[in-house]
Amino acid sequence: MSAVLRRTPALPGPLEWARVNLFSSVPNALLTLLSLYLLWKYVPPFVSWALLDAVWQAPSSKACREAAGAGACWAFIGEKHRFILFGTYPFEEHWRPGVSILLFLALYAVSAMRRFWTPWLVLAWLAGLTLIGMLMWGGVFGLRYVENERWGGLVLTLLLATFGIAFAFPLSIVLALGRRSEMPVVRAVCVIYIELIRGVPLISMLFMASVMMPLFLPSGVTVDKLLRAQTALILFAAAYLAEVVRGGLQAIPRGQYEAAEALGLSFAKRTALVILPQALKISIPPLVNTFIGLFKDTSLVVIIGLFDLLLALKTALNEPAWSGIGVEAYLFASLVYFVFCYAMSQYSQRLERDLARGPTARALKDT
Amino acid sequence: MTDDAAKRAPQGTMIEIQGVSKWFGDFQALKNVSLSVGKGEKFVVCGPSGSGKSTMIRLINRLERHESGRIMVDGIEVADDVKAIEAIRREVGMVFQSFNLFPHLTVLENLMLAPVWVRKAPKKEAEEIARQLLARVRIPEQADKYPGQLSGGQQQRVAIARALAMRPKVMLFDEPTSALDPEMIKEVLDVMVELAQEGMTMVVVTHEMGFARTVADCIVFMDQGEIVETGAPKDFFAAPKTDRARLFLSQILGH
Repeated sequence: MSAVLRRTPALPGPLEWARVNLFSSVPNALLTLLSLYLLWKYVPPFVSWALLDAVWQAPSSKACREAAGAGACWAFIGEKHRFILFGTYPFEEHWRPGVSILLFLALYAVSAMRRFWTPWLVLAWLAGLTLIGMLMWGGVFGLRYVENERWGGLVLTLLLATFGIAFAFPLSIVLALGRRSEMPVVRAVCVIYIELIRGVPLISMLFMASVMMPLFLPSGVTVDKLLRAQTALILFAAAYLAEVVRGGLQAIPRGQYEAAEALGLSFAKRTALVILPQALKISIPPLVNTFIGLFKDTSLVVIIGLFDLLLALKTALNEPAWSGIGVEAYLFASLVYFVFCYAMSQYSQRLERDLARGPTARALKDT
Repeated sequence: MTDDAAKRAPQGTMIEIQGVSKWFGDFQALKNVSLSVGKGEKFVVCGPSGSGKSTMIRLINRLERHESGRIMVDGIEVADDVKAIEAIRREVGMVFQSFNLFPHLTVLENLMLAPVWVRKAPKKEAEEIARQLLARVRIPEQADKYPGQLSGGQQQRVAIARALAMRPKVMLFDEPTSALDPEMIKEVLDVMVELAQEGMTMVVVTHEMGFARTVADCIVFMDQGEIVETGAPKDFFAAPKTDRARLFLSQILGH
């Protein structure tokens, strides 16, 4: 039967591949031709702008234009990358946020490896974050004290994103469980929290954190601006993550709860040992989606004057010597964001594959 | 009824259900049900679907909550007290129609989970017991597989072993063979027969009348939320006392 339906077998080769995949029908062929035309029209000019005609070294944008004219002025990045990465942190102390960024990357890399998923990992994070705190603030071991108003650039973005995820994720699990609780008060509090926060834009929450919150605090008590922004980010992300986790919880069949109950496991143990491992596993794609969103949302802290990667970049652009540069700078920032977000996305896909263990799909079908 | 139980089971009562009713919304699933299961006794509960038999055994370990009446399990009352419920669940093993193994854990981990986390057994000891139980249900070689890699019959035997790993005093079976392909029913029933012969107290909801004939001390026939008949298997099968039981038997044994 299938042999009749199948096309006559042809020689495998690029021509046959193109015929099957690119020119299988008239609309498909038209789309292929259109795509080829667009690629031909835009890719070569971009390559010559970004690479061939680009200026890699120049003291200012004027020099850039005089040097070659048509190409990208990467010299701006070369000159200003330290300001973009480290913000207004004292120039001669830039190695400190530099090492902090490397420490962050090392912690991410170690955490990504499943064989390190032990209680030691928590200790490693605590040690790493303490070290980062000491480096950034200083004031010990002969390091000059740098108040956190001067922190900025990439390290600030990583700080906000890391603490954001680290606190929002556990909070979201509590909220998701609370929303499914049988206790009416707990459920109501969680529902109100989630719906309120999701109904408000992040920007307004950041404004509230920076402008309104001090009004409610007793006089004399001040909470650091960075901490306030961080809190707003955590509360915001937790509401979104909670709904993702709840979706995962709802996908777990009733029988799993009953089997765990029948074995005498307490609520905490059946949640931690039976329900959450399964619920979080199926939630990996939407969870990572929200993590990526949070990572990029950290750029909104600029509106309350925190000096993150994007604001540092904008400030650098304002310098008269580099007037007229813009595209290059934003391409660079996009690339930095892209590297982190793409890494997260790739990692989540690998994790999903590792955890899928083939047979699980059948297990769900059978039970 | 309690007197009957005393005659049958001299060691005392394990499960005592007295005048229990249960509603799902407006629907009354159980109507003033009373039943007494002695230590070491095997009860088979049968009846048409919707007769309340699953609901009744799910009340025993509080997977469902009864609205009136009283249930005692090994001297502990089944009520709202969480600690008491957890104590009862430690003593009462349950096997479900749909196995309900934990798909994210291996077979061995499925068996070790409750002994380690509820009974606080040392890991090594729990593993040893788990392997013994797997040998007993005749699948020792599947220890490191995931449930999804096993056949239905194997999964149900793992589920039985998982319940036994807690060393329960009572085993409840809720239609343990209904979700199985016909060729796998026997391997599960064989394990259950062995368990019965070892003296376990069992309450089994099933339509497997061959199993009932072999092991049951007492058949409980339910219809429309009521216990219609109780009796020894030979009496029940030879001469059912009620029309409803006669009709039911003719339907399930007729083909």
